[in-house]
Amino acid sequence: MSDVEEAITRAHHEEWARMVAALTRRFGDLDIAEEAVAEAFATAVERWPADGVPPNPGAWLTTTANRKAIDRIRRENKRDDKHKEAQMLHDNTPPEPLGAIDDDRLRLIFTCCHPALAMQTRVALTLRMVGGLTVPEIARAFLVQATTMEQRITRAKAKIKAACIPYRIPSADDLPARVSGVLAVLFLVFNEGYLATGPGTDPVRHDLTSEAIRLTRLIRALLPEDGEVAGLLALMLLTEARRAARVSANGELVALDEQDRGAWDAALIAEGHRLVRERLAAAAAGAAPGRYQILAAINAVHTSAPDIRDTDWSQVLALYDQLIRLDPSPIIALNRAVAVAELDGPEVALATVNRLAEALASYHAYHATRADLLRRLGRSQQSRAAYNRAIELAGNTGETAYLTRRRDQLQ
Amino acid sequence: MKYLVSVIDDKSNPGSTDRQPAISAFNERLIAEGYWVFAGGLADTDAATVIDNRGEQPVFSDGPYVESKEYLAGVWVWEAPDLDVALKLATEASKICDRKIEVRPFR
Repeated sequence: MSDVEEAITRAHHEEWARMVAALTRRFGDLDIAEEAVAEAFATAVERWPADGVPPNPGAWLTTTANRKAIDRIRRENKRDDKHKEAQMLHDNTPPEPLGAIDDDRLRLIFTCCHPALAMQTRVALTLRMVGGLTVPEIARAFLVQATTMEQRITRAKAKIKAACIPYRIPSADDLPARVSGVLAVLFLVFNEGYLATGPGTDPVRHDLTSEAIRLTRLIRALLPEDGEVAGLLALMLLTEARRAARVSANGELVALDEQDRGAWDAALIAEGHRLVRERLAAAAAGAAPGRYQILAAINAVHTSAPDIRDTDWSQVLALYDQLIRLDPSPIIALNRAVAVAELDGPEVALATVNRLAEALASYHAYHATRADLLRRLGRSQQSRAAYNRAIELAGNTGETAYLTRRRDQLQ
Repeated sequence: MKYLVSVIDDKSNPGSTDRQPAISAFNERLIAEGYWVFAGGLADTDAATVIDNRGEQPVFSDGPYVESKEYLAGVWVWEAPDLDVALKLATEASKICDRKIEVRPFR
C-alpha cells in the first residue's frame, strides 16, 4: 500500500463516523451526509496522489464534505424549494449542558438502531453510517446480494426521513429499551472489525473493534447497572486483548491453541475479568445472565488459562449449554462443538457439526471447523475438500492464509 | 409531522368490545396535550362499498376488503413532533383499544 493509500485508509477509519454524524446534525439528513462524506473520500482518492496528502486530512475531508453537501442542497433547492424544508430530520432536544455525555456518533447510532427499523436494517445502517463499510462489504457480512443490501439501506434512510425518526440520544426513560438493540448492533460492528472482510483489508480492523469498544464504554457509563452492557464490554475487551497474538507477522490468523499467550494484553484481560466477576456476583444474587454475559464468561475461562492445555473445557461446555438454552442458533451449536471435541473427541464433535450442514452451508467457519475435525481424524481427503470450501467462503485475508497453510500441511 | 394512526382489528381474534370509555378518556388527553387532529371509529366492513371507475362503467362491490381477516376498525390523525412521540402514544393506544395499531406518516 502506498503512503497516500495508507493516509486515505487511516482517515477513512478515523474520520468517517465523526463526519457523517456531524454532517447529519448540521444538514438534518442522513442521505446528504452519507453521500457528501463518500464524495469527499472519492475526491481525496483522486487528488491526494497528485497534490499530496494535506497536513490535516480530517479537516480537509470535512471541509470538502461540507462543500459537497451544500452543493447538493443548492441543486435540490433550485429544483424543488419547499420540499426540502419539510424533509429535514428533526432535533427537538435543547442544547445539552456542558459535560453531559453527548457525542454526535451516539446520536447517529441511536437513530440507526431505532426500534421502528427491522433488526437487520439497523445493523446494515450502522455499519454503513457509523462503521463506514461499503455496501458490498456489508452484503458479504450478511450473506446477501449487494443490490438487496443497497435497497435495504435506501429504504431505511427513506423511512427515517418520511416518518421523522429523531436524531438524538433517547431520554432516560426510553434508554434501557433502546440499548439492547444498540448492543446487538455494536457486537456485529465489533465482529466485523475482529474478522474484517474485503480482499485489501487488514485481517483485524482495530478501528472498528476500538470504535465498538469506545461506544460500548459510553453506553456503560450511561447505564452502569445494565448487566448485558457490562457483559458485552467484557466480551469485547477479552477478545480485543488477544488481538496482537491473533495475527502473525506475515498477516496470517493464529488460532487460539497456537497463540503466544504472553502477547495478550494483561490490562484488558484484567478489566474484562473484573466485569465478569461483577456479573457473576449479580448472577449469584439472582440476576439471570443474558447472552453477552455468558459469552464473556466463556472468554474469561479461555483467558484464565496460562496454556491451552490448562483450559477448563468442561466449564466452557457448561456455559455453551447455558447459552444454547437462551439462543438455540446453529452458530452457537457450532462453537459448542469445538468444546465437545476437546472433551469427547473429534468424532463426537463431527457428528454434531454435520447436523448443521443445511443451516450453515454458506458459512466459512462451519467448513473450517469440519476441516479441522476431519484432519484430526486422519480423513485428509475430506478435510482438504472442507478447507477448499472454507477458503472459498472466507472473506478475511488472514483467515484465508491460515486455512491455506493448514490445508497445504495435510498429508 | 402528521401521522395516520390506524386501529387494526382481526375478525378471527377480535379485540374486546368494552373499550369505548377508555378510548374517550384517551381522546380527551390527546386533545389536552395537543396531539389530536381527528378521530373516528368505523362501521363494520359489511357496510363498505368499493367503486371502481377505471374502466368504461363504474362498478360497485363489497370487496375485496370485506373478505380479509384483518381490517381497519378506526383511525386517528395525530400531530406529533417525531416518530418517538407518536410511537409512545400508539403503544398506549394499542393497550387502550385492545387492538394492533399502525402508525404511518403523511407525506
